[in-house]
Amino acid sequence: MDLIVFIKQFVNGIQVGSIYALVALGYTMVYGIVKLINFAHGDFIMVGGYVVVFTTPFLANLGVPAWLCVLAAVAVCSAIGVLTEKIAYKPLRGAPSLSVLITAIAVSLCLQNLALIFFSSSPRPMSAVFDVAPVTIGSIQFSGISILTIVMSVALMVALQLFIKKTRVGKAMRAVSEDSQAAILMGISTNKTISLTFAIGSGLAAMAAVMYCSAYPQVQPYMGSMLGLKAFIAAVLGGIGSIPGAMLGGILIGLVESITRHFNSQLADAVVFAILIVVLLVKPAGIMGKNVGEKV
Amino acid sequence: MKEILKVTDLNVSYGAIHAIHNVSLTVNEGEIVSLIGANGAGKTTILHTITGLKKATSGSVLLEGKELLTTEPHRIVTMGMAHVPEGRHVFAQMTVTENLEMGAYFRRDKDQMAKDLADVLRRFPRLAERSRQLAGTLSGGEQQMLAVGRALMSHPRILLLDEPSMGLSPLLVKEIFTTIQEVNQEGVTILLVEQNAKMALSIANRAYVLETGDVVMEGEGQAMLRDDNVRKAYLGA
Repeated sequence: MDLIVFIKQFVNGIQVGSIYALVALGYTMVYGIVKLINFAHGDFIMVGGYVVVFTTPFLANLGVPAWLCVLAAVAVCSAIGVLTEKIAYKPLRGAPSLSVLITAIAVSLCLQNLALIFFSSSPRPMSAVFDVAPVTIGSIQFSGISILTIVMSVALMVALQLFIKKTRVGKAMRAVSEDSQAAILMGISTNKTISLTFAIGSGLAAMAAVMYCSAYPQVQPYMGSMLGLKAFIAAVLGGIGSIPGAMLGGILIGLVESITRHFNSQLADAVVFAILIVVLLVKPAGIMGKNVGEKV
Repeated sequence: MKEILKVTDLNVSYGAIHAIHNVSLTVNEGEIVSLIGANGAGKTTILHTITGLKKATSGSVLLEGKELLTTEPHRIVTMGMAHVPEGRHVFAQMTVTENLEMGAYFRRDKDQMAKDLADVLRRFPRLAERSRQLAGTLSGGEQQMLAVGRALMSHPRILLLDEPSMGLSPLLVKEIFTTIQEVNQEGVTILLVEQNAKMALSIANRAYVLETGDVVMEGEGQAMLRDDNVRKAYLGA
């Protein structure tokens, strides 16, 4: 393939990859703190998508910029994330992980079917949220959305990393994720910390929803399941529980998918799932997964 | 003497297993009280119940008159009681400094916190040398110092210590016990759980002996060191 096509495909890959990364962060943060794969996480993206669909005309009537729908999407998704945890997962704390896993799948199906009831199965078109001009670098033109998605994701990931590493609350999140009993002895409320984790993870899913729908402007009840599944693979590839791992895994999955699609679009999904199988066989802890060994 | 901690008729179960039977004990302000007993006697369970990590089935735990069994566990440290858990439980993926900061998580008095941090680092110079190192890379003795230092960062009036000597060399055990006495002399009340009965009794004002969930003996530390039954059962003499 010639160089220009390759570069375009590469940038596409990073664009999709940064969306996967934002979603993967939600999986990995929640796993890090409650050891639960929140299979409903992908469906939070769908919820975010519908929020955008319904708020953009409203914002247009008010005469305010359409991108303000981002705030609504983040607020609604964070609230849904926190509520899901309180209603579905919190009562199961200490229950066998299989029960919690099944519950997560149930929540996912529940959200999808609620969307089917309220919004029907037909895809809804979405009006543009961001008004960005294409960017030309040398002789190659990139869509403005691609660049914006990448820039915004990187900014969010840097902000998240600073929050986790430097702030008092971020450190408390790490403490709970590492040893929740010891964290309680420090005076950290695990319930509040878990809620906050769900809020942040779901907020990031909302951002991913906005960026995804800007690239593929339609919303339907099942849109979150494939996207969520791929982001989950990204989180596993990077090392579930590891925040830098989720970012790296997301970008890698995006790149692999995009480049495979260039050669054979039928094969792209298969390759992504093959990666999951290979990772689980060869290095189940993922690229940046923590060593399980521990000094006693 | 003023009671700081008063445990009355405490019962704790793990499912069908009734682990702690009507245990009562008191700790007076300024004392070192040791709780000794064999493995599985329920010493750790009692500490866990006092700080809310384990639910009691019945009884009462009063800290300066306030009931702890109905207090949210994470609030207990803010009431002046810190707990150094068995096995140290430092945050392995966080630096030494971050671990110490976590000890002062609920505090808002920045100036006094900075002073306390300096005090802890002066008390444990090894921690000062390793302040930027991840806690998981420290040796067992250093992790124990960190766990104690982290608890002191909450500025407690009473400190619960669970097996601080576990897995340490005799020299380090001595060092840790000297530290415990120093902390006590500075005004912090101590409730110490230990399998190393000899060390625990030698520094204790008073002690309780626990056998399979029952308090079977209590008395002054020095007197118990000389007691024949205690010597036979716990001091190997």
